[in-house]
Amino acid sequence: MTNDQMGVNKPADASAASAAAEAPMPAGGGSRNMANSARAILSGVARWEVLLVIILAVVVWWGTRISPNYIQPDFWNSLNFGASVSGTMEVAIMALAMTPIIIMGDIDLSVESMVGLSGAVLGTLFVAGIPLQLGIPIVLVVGALGGLFNGLLVTRWGLPALVVTLGTLALFRGLCNVVLGTSYVSNFPSNFTAFGFGYVPGTDVPWTLLTFLVLAAVFCAVMHYTWIGRQIFSVGKNKDAARYSGVRVARVRTAMFVVSGMVAAFAGVILALRYNSVRADNGTNLTLVVVTIAVLGGVDINGGKGTIPGVIIAVFTLAALQSALRLAGVSSEYQNVAIGLLLIFSVITPQLARQLRVLVDRIRQSRRRPARDPVPGEVVR
Amino acid sequence: MALSAPANVRAPSSAGPMIWRIARSREVTLAAVLIAVAAFASVRAPNFLTADNLVLVTAFAAIIAIAAVGEALVILTKNIDLSVESTIGLVAFVVATVLKQHDMPVPAAWALGIGLGLVLGMANGVIVTIFKVPSIVATLGTLSVYRGLDFYVANGHEVNLVDLPAGYSDPAHQTLLGFQFGGIGFSGIPIFVILAILVVAAVGMALRYTVIGRQFYAVGSNAEAAAVIGVRSRLTVFLAFSLCGMLAGIAGVLWGIYFGTLYASSASGLSLQVIAAVVVGGVSIAGGSGTVIGAAIGALFLGLINNELPLLKVPQEWLTLVYGAVILVAISTDALIQVRSQRAKARSRVR
Amino acid sequence: MTQSKPSPSESNAASPGVIPPVALSGVSKRFGATQALADVSLALLPGEVHGLVGENGAGKSTIVKVLAGIHQPDSGAVLLDGKPVLLHGPAQARSLGIAVVHQEPRLFPDLTVAENVFMGHTPKGSLGSVNWREMVRSSDRIFESLSVQIDPTAVVRGLSMADQQLIEIAKALSVEARVLVLDEPTASLSAHEVERLFAIVRQTRDRGVAVLFVSHRLEEVFQLCERATVLRDGRHVITAPTTELTAPDLVRHMVGRAVTMFPRSHAQIGDMLLEVRGLTRLGAFRDISFSVHAGEIVGLAGLVGAGRTEVARVLFGLDRADSGEVLFAGKRVSFKTPSEALGAGIAYVPEDRHLDGLVSSFSIAENVTLPILPRLFPRLFTRKNTERDLAADYVGQLRIRSTGVDELVEALSGGNQQKVVIAKWLATKPKVLILDEPTRGVDIGAKAEVHRIISDLAAAGLGIVLISSELPEVLAMSDRILVLHEGRIETEIPRAEATEERVMFAATGQNAEEIVSGA
Repeated sequence: MTNDQMGVNKPADASAASAAAEAPMPAGGGSRNMANSARAILSGVARWEVLLVIILAVVVWWGTRISPNYIQPDFWNSLNFGASVSGTMEVAIMALAMTPIIIMGDIDLSVESMVGLSGAVLGTLFVAGIPLQLGIPIVLVVGALGGLFNGLLVTRWGLPALVVTLGTLALFRGLCNVVLGTSYVSNFPSNFTAFGFGYVPGTDVPWTLLTFLVLAAVFCAVMHYTWIGRQIFSVGKNKDAARYSGVRVARVRTAMFVVSGMVAAFAGVILALRYNSVRADNGTNLTLVVVTIAVLGGVDINGGKGTIPGVIIAVFTLAALQSALRLAGVSSEYQNVAIGLLLIFSVITPQLARQLRVLVDRIRQSRRRPARDPVPGEVVR
Repeated sequence: MALSAPANVRAPSSAGPMIWRIARSREVTLAAVLIAVAAFASVRAPNFLTADNLVLVTAFAAIIAIAAVGEALVILTKNIDLSVESTIGLVAFVVATVLKQHDMPVPAAWALGIGLGLVLGMANGVIVTIFKVPSIVATLGTLSVYRGLDFYVANGHEVNLVDLPAGYSDPAHQTLLGFQFGGIGFSGIPIFVILAILVVAAVGMALRYTVIGRQFYAVGSNAEAAAVIGVRSRLTVFLAFSLCGMLAGIAGVLWGIYFGTLYASSASGLSLQVIAAVVVGGVSIAGGSGTVIGAAIGALFLGLINNELPLLKVPQEWLTLVYGAVILVAISTDALIQVRSQRAKARSRVR
Repeated sequence: MTQSKPSPSESNAASPGVIPPVALSGVSKRFGATQALADVSLALLPGEVHGLVGENGAGKSTIVKVLAGIHQPDSGAVLLDGKPVLLHGPAQARSLGIAVVHQEPRLFPDLTVAENVFMGHTPKGSLGSVNWREMVRSSDRIFESLSVQIDPTAVVRGLSMADQQLIEIAKALSVEARVLVLDEPTASLSAHEVERLFAIVRQTRDRGVAVLFVSHRLEEVFQLCERATVLRDGRHVITAPTTELTAPDLVRHMVGRAVTMFPRSHAQIGDMLLEVRGLTRLGAFRDISFSVHAGEIVGLAGLVGAGRTEVARVLFGLDRADSGEVLFAGKRVSFKTPSEALGAGIAYVPEDRHLDGLVSSFSIAENVTLPILPRLFPRLFTRKNTERDLAADYVGQLRIRSTGVDELVEALSGGNQQKVVIAKWLATKPKVLILDEPTRGVDIGAKAEVHRIISDLAAAGLGIVLISSELPEVLAMSDRILVLHEGRIETEIPRAEATEERVMFAATGQNAEEIVSGA
């Protein structure tokens, strides 16, 4: 309890803190507001996101040291994860949808299989002569239904999200295998595949990056500037209090699983178009990267804390790190080691800071007032 | 519930519920389903009951079972270890590499592999208990890190059976206790299965008959109450991760023997199968309840399905689907039973 | 906080020859704003059952927890054989021979009954292994001596509350205790089981064990105890042999707390808002009927566990009733979720504000607007200023002391947190407000303010249901008082006739005539 209340990694109310910093209260108490905003700024500096930005800067600096080309000719592409195995923009958009789920204390391990399933359905429909204009909406509905299935099992039957989505991880992949078999589909129309690996006309910005940025803006707005986001945070911080306050907890949780399913299905579409191919193993092992990004972005795996900006920075940090490692000639297998270590340290660091702060507080307190009167006599054994 | 049920010292009147409870236990139900599935398979697919096939199925299931026992220990304490597949892969590869490059006696290489597993498990334990990283995050990280070590050791190469001592893979197909008596023949029990049985028995006994073993359950069942009576829960959790790593080490050694050919990516995706075995075997993901024998039966059950579907001419593609369905059915029945018993409990409080 | 007046412990001192195996000497314990225990001394003698009575919140449970080693006294000490000891934790307390049966069972739901009984001192076999046979046999023996039918090999999850309570008792009996502490052990036992328990307690006593028996059932105290101690407001009131006491004496000692109350202005009673008819929830309460009018404060009194909170939970849509009906503004309603109840105009200030009332790492403004977000921001986007203005309004009205509406509620004092909870519910503009222990853990000054707020709200035409364990509060605030006892309405007392004695008698299930004759 107290552990959760203090800590570097406390992005709970980005809006509240930053708003307090920007705009002092309109009426009265000027000095108090000054102190307030000063504190808000201070706590802002100590935030995890700031640390992430520093890491990002270091990585970019390192990248330019390895190769002067790191930024110059191909900046956006270098941030687009390029050919790296473990990370793509698909992963990034799934991390956005994973964020509210983890904030509410759940998890969705099934997303990678939904990527495969949606690609499989899309490909099968395409082969059957259904145009992509129609196929893509159908696939999104499939994703929503998959998410609904997860959500209902978790909220109606009270099953832990971890095992439910472990089950659907296999189930959705199984459906994908059944739908597609060993065959594969390719040769999607070029106007669609351009969306997968092309650039926005007249710019250096890949379509996928633009998609991510738009989705990121939407998620950021919903999570931090609407009451839906507020309800999500209230569920993550205190489910009972949220329920007592009239928040329909089960409905909100289910809805976020639905969103996650849909986003994963959409990611599957992007992946299919980017590779211009659909195979039954599309998307395998992506879940780990998705969760890694969320946690790296400061989302507390135990729920209650996290911000979309943090996750966005984490996406770019990871992308920059991967392309820097690639330039340094590090193969993708070792890149995963760096990601794994980064993940562990991203949790350990705030943890250590927290423990340090508790220690400092304790020392300060013990100095302020003497310890409890010693009990006379010795402990009897 | 238990490896061996305690003697029933009650009056005969209570024998009824006792039998009922055994009948209801996950291990027994699962074993019954297992036998039914096997019987069905042997009727529909005559190939199933051939000695070669049975050895093939059970020897691989034994590897998963040993890893599942370790995973069960961790899950009992309300934690999870996602990194077992990387530990298995790394240990398998390191043992093979050592045998290939150095003139090391085989048992020494095996001991090295098991020791390596222990060390990797202890590292998980340290991250979880000392640095207080939630186990799912910690082992998600070490999943990548250990796999990365594997790639480092492999350095782009693979190890083939020809690189290994002659007959290295034979134990995977060998059996013990076989006999031929008149017309009746019994080809024996695969060595791997005997090993798995020994592991299950040892860990099961330790869980049931040692105070530390009971503390695994106590910590997972009610950590607060455990702390009140002075159980050192962090030590218990550390022990669980260490043992899980060691057992994954054993599984890794066996993996190497079973396949003979090893890549840096060996055993990828196996964690899912191991955790599925544990969950299907009736170990509650919420901690505190379940047995290692259940986890082992769960592994055998999944292995059986794995083997049977092709024999039954079910396309291989359906396998994962069936896996997922089995996991979901298993946890849903648990939930329904629990909801029902809780309702019954509420009713019994009527004043 | 030691008192200046002479400590009452002298009157409590045992005969000088006997050194009590366990005693409290001038123990004080403070939790935040609440003085849970103030200079309490108590001696438990071997071969004696000592009753401990008092109102809810009088400090009984704190004494139990100090003896169990869960809480350490701020000042004063626990004496073992006359020597002070520092009890670090329950394990140590038990190793020193203090066995405690807690009110709430603390069991391992996934383990067997026998294991729960022996957890921490498992019987071991020749090789140091757990001796299951012995464990089962010993548990069986204990249950046999209690004459109850519990299968030691059964798993605890799924057993009834009564069985779990019996396991707690068996746990305490499984060690060779010098002191046995029983905290409301009979709360969920049947009459037969209570009889058996008493027989066991007497046997234990006759073996020379000192027993502390905490109960709010006065008749049990007279049945079982040789001496009894009354606590009030965390202070020791009296210790006397039960033969020299009567039930009315005990009640009089328990009540009569000196609390300055906010004077309630005369009520303007309006239309009927809420009517409850024959409401029953199995295992919680039965056949509850009452009504609440606009401008009226209806007090729900009763001891902890009498079913007051459970009634409120059903009214607020958190639980479902098994039978009976609720009429709200003349219409039959049945709320499935709190959001439905809120929509209709019923608000509930829950008992535990930390667990259920507040999101402590949200700001004041965010907490206040949480229940009305969809209504306040129909366009989805939250607006800081709207939110701030609304919260600031209530902060002013309720005089919430803070550095501003952006302050996190976890930084506020208990009283101010409680006001935030109230503000949050007022923001929903309810017609009926249910307050569950609204002044618990709130300091005196803030208490009076909360009372003023409640009074003002009633004057403004709200119907209010006030659940409180503080008798003076219920008496001062309520227009009518319903007293619950074991899930039923024992009696309804109009304001003019309400006295602390009368309420307490009804709450403890005593016959009303007895007081008249006893007084």
